Amino acid sequence: MNKKKTYRFSGGVHPPEEKLTRSLPIEEMPPPKKAYIPLSQHIGAPSSPVVEPGDKVNIGTRLSDPGGFVSAPVFSSISGKVVEIVDHPHTLGRSMPTVVIEAEGTDEWDKSIKPRTDYEALSPDEIKSIIQNAGIVGMGGATFPTHVKLSPPKEKPINAFIINGAECEPYLTADHRVMLEMPEKVVSGAMLIGKVLGVKKIYVGIENNKMDAVEAMRDVVKEDNVEIVPLKVRYPQGAEKQLIKTILNRDVPSGGLPMDVGVVVQNVGTAVAVHDAVALGRPLVERITTVTGPGIKNPKNLKIRIGTPISEVIDYCGGLSEDVGKVILGGPMMGLAQYDLSVSVIKGTSGILILTDEMLDTTAQGPCLRCGNCVTVCPMGLTPLMFGRYTELGMFNEAERNNVMDCIECGCCAYECPSHIPLVHYAKYAKAEIQAARRKRA
Amino acid sequence: MTESGAGYIITTSPHIHTADSIPRVMYSVVIALIPAVIVSVLFFGKAAIVIYCLSIVSCLACEAIAQKIMGRPITVTDGSILVTAILFAMNIPPSSPWWLVVLGSVIAVVLGKQIYGGLGYNPFNPVLVARILLLISFPVQMTSWIKPAPLFSGADLVSVATPLGEVKTELMLKGAIDLSRYNYLDFTTGFMGGSMGEMSVLALLLGAAFLLYRKYITWHIPAGFIGTVFVMTGIFWLVDPTRYANPIFHVLAGGLVLGAFFMATDMVTSPVYPRGKIIFGIGCGVITVVIRLFGGYPEGVAFSILLMNAATPIIDRYTVPKKFGYIKIDEAKAG
Repeated sequence: MNKKKTYRFSGGVHPPEEKLTRSLPIEEMPPPKKAYIPLSQHIGAPSSPVVEPGDKVNIGTRLSDPGGFVSAPVFSSISGKVVEIVDHPHTLGRSMPTVVIEAEGTDEWDKSIKPRTDYEALSPDEIKSIIQNAGIVGMGGATFPTHVKLSPPKEKPINAFIINGAECEPYLTADHRVMLEMPEKVVSGAMLIGKVLGVKKIYVGIENNKMDAVEAMRDVVKEDNVEIVPLKVRYPQGAEKQLIKTILNRDVPSGGLPMDVGVVVQNVGTAVAVHDAVALGRPLVERITTVTGPGIKNPKNLKIRIGTPISEVIDYCGGLSEDVGKVILGGPMMGLAQYDLSVSVIKGTSGILILTDEMLDTTAQGPCLRCGNCVTVCPMGLTPLMFGRYTELGMFNEAERNNVMDCIECGCCAYECPSHIPLVHYAKYAKAEIQAARRKRA
Repeated sequence: MTESGAGYIITTSPHIHTADSIPRVMYSVVIALIPAVIVSVLFFGKAAIVIYCLSIVSCLACEAIAQKIMGRPITVTDGSILVTAILFAMNIPPSSPWWLVVLGSVIAVVLGKQIYGGLGYNPFNPVLVARILLLISFPVQMTSWIKPAPLFSGADLVSVATPLGEVKTELMLKGAIDLSRYNYLDFTTGFMGGSMGEMSVLALLLGAAFLLYRKYITWHIPAGFIGTVFVMTGIFWLVDPTRYANPIFHVLAGGLVLGAFFMATDMVTSPVYPRGKIIFGIGCGVITVVIRLFGGYPEGVAFSILLMNAATPIIDRYTVPKKFGYIKIDEAKAG
């Protein structure tokens, strides 16, 4: 395999990597006694339930139908009985309709689920519909329904497909372990997606702090059209637009999608889910998650059934230390802080990160010194100090003029700001306000 | 099962932060100024120590009192006021009377900074506001320079002119200049008349190197500033060396190095983007040369920086860097 030249995106930061779990093999966590499976685990319309309390379900039994094209069904992850469909705390911070299933001893797959022996002969459309029916969404954390990404409009032909194995967030190692332990599944899933897209070339981007994963992946790649590309370690290398810039030197236009430059990006975990769905006939009922941070007794890489409450996962990892300050789903740069540990692991839960009190940034916000650090590190070339200031003043039109809508919320600016100004918070706030105003105008 | 809702902290991402903070930035600048402070104390002895102490005490007091009156949090320990105090002391003659120092502190802190809203909101460099107001109001006290004499040398304080002042006077009286009496090595080590902080170019460069290394300043403003002064004065010197001093003299004499690395680079009052910083530096350089060669004052660094401070917002407006993804789609596909 020839060595691919890589390019560079501007900005970015390099926080301490803290990959505590990098050498810990993936462990399978036992199924929960009670699974809480939210009907919405993706970006797009929530799915609508097709089961009722009292129904018997097995692993992989369909619980809901998608609520539209940009939506995905959910499936039972354990064998048992549906006890209720109620509003239950969700990782997004509010309660959402959730199917609660009580385990009943047996732990077996739904009878309808059978491996396919002939899956290599499937047509692109058949593969796509299997992916859609398996409820697969982007597993890197963005949870965009995968089949939608695989259905670009005719006028936007796709000529390159990138598997995202960058895993640039500090602490997280789930994708790293997946590439080390099941590289065949990643490549098989990638080939299947490549077939759907009809692309000639597949790239796998992996940050070069995971050279063992690069080697493991290279060992299983037999096809010439799959290229493993080691990438310089720089957060946010795993952001779609930055990844495309680095590997292909293409700039996704503002407000556009990767498909506008002929590219589709999928996470390694998504590729595995695609393989399992197509080859094994299994819908998405579990995922690999890193449980880590100084606030947890035994950090682990776990294979977890979707719907398992976070509190149970934490208990399985030896529980929390005394001085826990923050519980975060995802990585430290983009993850969501949680106040309620009864929320459950969903399709997009890439990590559970526990930070201790002393790690919390308690420095009070100071005035902007106009030092320009935020501008230097912004991978989108934006001017966070300007949209931050305008948002603070409630001048959302000006914030919009300063391109706040292009913000990818990677957190580089707020990470570097010597005045500890919550620039990502301002960006999220401004975006919500601007979108609300747009809806009003429409 | 682990308890839920146990009062974990909820904030937006990111959940980690660099060790950087306002005090860290400010105390780094203080550290960078230490070599120049030491040189000035070595050459002016007790007088220098008194001015530094007086400036620090009165600036701190002004800041605290102003913040108290305006109902703002008292932030005198964040280091920013210490930077102001040291830089102000460096910007006045070592023979300044005590009231000049105190008055200058009030101007810098209250008129230069607090009335605009405090740290981060002032449009002009507070130290230069004070320096220029004092220079215009008290020209005698602000231009009575004394000859540097190494500490404990026992030499009496002798009043002298600064090299730039001398050259200017000479040109007016005789129509020609003579630089032969100057040893440029003296300028780099500190043997020249001038404000306390502008004497030793070497000490200033040492501190500047530290700030560049720590990335608290970038090369853009100093390079634009000093480069422009060098090139412009070089052109005049080539045209008529009997009337115009050579570019090395112009770079080393006076407050150019202090101004270019420590005053013009003030984050709050200079442009944010790299392109703007270069424009800012060049603008400072042009104004400095014009004042030095054709203006009424021998020195133009302070004026030039203040004038360019006023231009900072407009420079920022027109130098916003190219954003990611703002190219045509066809171009992007070709890429």
